Amino acid sequence: MSTTVLPAASEPAGSELALHDVRLGHADGAAVPGTVALRIAPGELLAVVGPSGCGKSTLLRTLAGLLPPLDGQVTQDGEPIGRPTADRALFFQHDALLPWRTARANVELPLAIRRVARAERRRSAADWLDRVGLAGHAHKLPHQLSGGQRQRVQLARALAGRPRAVLMDEPFGALDAHTRAEMQDLLVDILRDTGATVVFVTHDVDEALHLGDRVLLLGSGRVLDVPHPRERDARHAPGTAELHRRILDSL
Amino acid sequence: MSGGRRLLRVTSLAAALGVWQLLTSLDVNLWLRFEQFPTVGEVAAAFADRVGTAPYRQDLGHSLRRIVVGFLLAAVAGVAVGTAVARSRWAADLLGPLVEVVRPVPAIALVPVAILLLPTNEQGIVFITFTAAFFPVVVSTRHAVRALTPVWEEAVLTMGGGRLRVLFSVVLPGALPGIFGGLSVGIGVSWICVISAEMISGEYGVGYRTWQDYTIVDYPGVFVGMATIGALGWLTSTAVELLGRRATSWLPRPAARGAAGAPRPAFRGAGRTRADTPAEPAATVRTAVPRKEPVP
Repeated sequence: MSTTVLPAASEPAGSELALHDVRLGHADGAAVPGTVALRIAPGELLAVVGPSGCGKSTLLRTLAGLLPPLDGQVTQDGEPIGRPTADRALFFQHDALLPWRTARANVELPLAIRRVARAERRRSAADWLDRVGLAGHAHKLPHQLSGGQRQRVQLARALAGRPRAVLMDEPFGALDAHTRAEMQDLLVDILRDTGATVVFVTHDVDEALHLGDRVLLLGSGRVLDVPHPRERDARHAPGTAELHRRILDSL
Repeated sequence: MSGGRRLLRVTSLAAALGVWQLLTSLDVNLWLRFEQFPTVGEVAAAFADRVGTAPYRQDLGHSLRRIVVGFLLAAVAGVAVGTAVARSRWAADLLGPLVEVVRPVPAIALVPVAILLLPTNEQGIVFITFTAAFFPVVVSTRHAVRALTPVWEEAVLTMGGGRLRVLFSVVLPGALPGIFGGLSVGIGVSWICVISAEMISGEYGVGYRTWQDYTIVDYPGVFVGMATIGALGWLTSTAVELLGRRATSWLPRPAARGAAGAPRPAFRGAGRTRADTPAEPAATVRTAVPRKEPVP
């Protein structure tokens, strides 16, 4: 890939994220009850589940730097997080692509912001679209793509900027079961190469148990280890089934 | 457009002209009085006499220059102020009340202000035209910017984009459909005001000529003026609409198109303005007559 232009690509990419007794919430709105203390290891995939309204999106926006914590400190590799940077990409449930930009132009956007030269931008975007299986759709506008294809473009866009952490807010929540399973496999496949740290919010316990190394139950603040992360066959293993039951009980 | 629809449009125009010709040539006098009213033939003859002459071209040039300059200034200033008011609390507090207080004043009522402030009549007319288009553009830009989905901005911020990047990659392109709605309304209002301003204080210009013809009781000439205003208004509105369609070609199109004037939902204002523009300056001419006498 583009190792010559983006030297970060050759280094281990994942960064450590940590929340030190953080109180989440909007300055002029309601605060999320309780505090969160959590360390997310470099390269880890942390799934976050919890009842709706428990602050899952607020957690992601705080990690992104869009929302300052009401109390406590949020750090990336030990450095306090102040404002959003290209190091921590945010991935949304839907409608996050700029509708006036083609698929390729959307993927090029983070590269343009990093002032990558045009030719290299073109090459890199084409490469990413190829990796998510949309090589033939580069010239289409978002509304000309299906919901699953749009999320593929968004995945390419989120990773094209070589972020060291990806914060995903119910990324596959609006997709049908079949497309969702395809996207999960694609995500696992691509993340293996990038090594980025991932925080993955979902309301689907099966998805959390399939993708996550650990699962954070945001309502109670407990973190549970997943016995067989990213193994499709492990769904009915005794450990997984037991964990599934415990998570459902807690929700 | 299909042949049938084109035929229908031509027939509608021809029928209106036919009724006009009939009423005036028969000197119908049934409460509405058509004896003094020029016939279609007389107007057409007057039009043919004038259309190639130097004064006609001069009037056309003056009016067009005034509207283009005033409208372009209004477009730039309106988008800038509307965006600032929508994006910055500071700008909203500083400019918001000012905009709201001046906005209800009809642009044509600012003629005394223009005469007091500006050294020449010409600048005064451009000022009136500018004011007329400025407020529709400000208001529609403000609404369009406020209605943007925050997800786009958050996405660009987490790619490392700064304020300028958000402004030029998200805010302005995203607000463009709404901005063009305001521009379409603005160009229509601009025509009403440039013609009215020319009638009050112009030297040269289509509005000035139309009023001159009225004062020397050259009624066919008045109608030539109205037809010219209608054609010019239609031309400029169409130009704005085409430009808008081109600039927002990324908008999803409905599979089956509805009425001809409303090709897509976000741009409905344009269709309405185009239909209204030829009619409204004529209305202004009629209502302006009794008020006109004390010429400044």
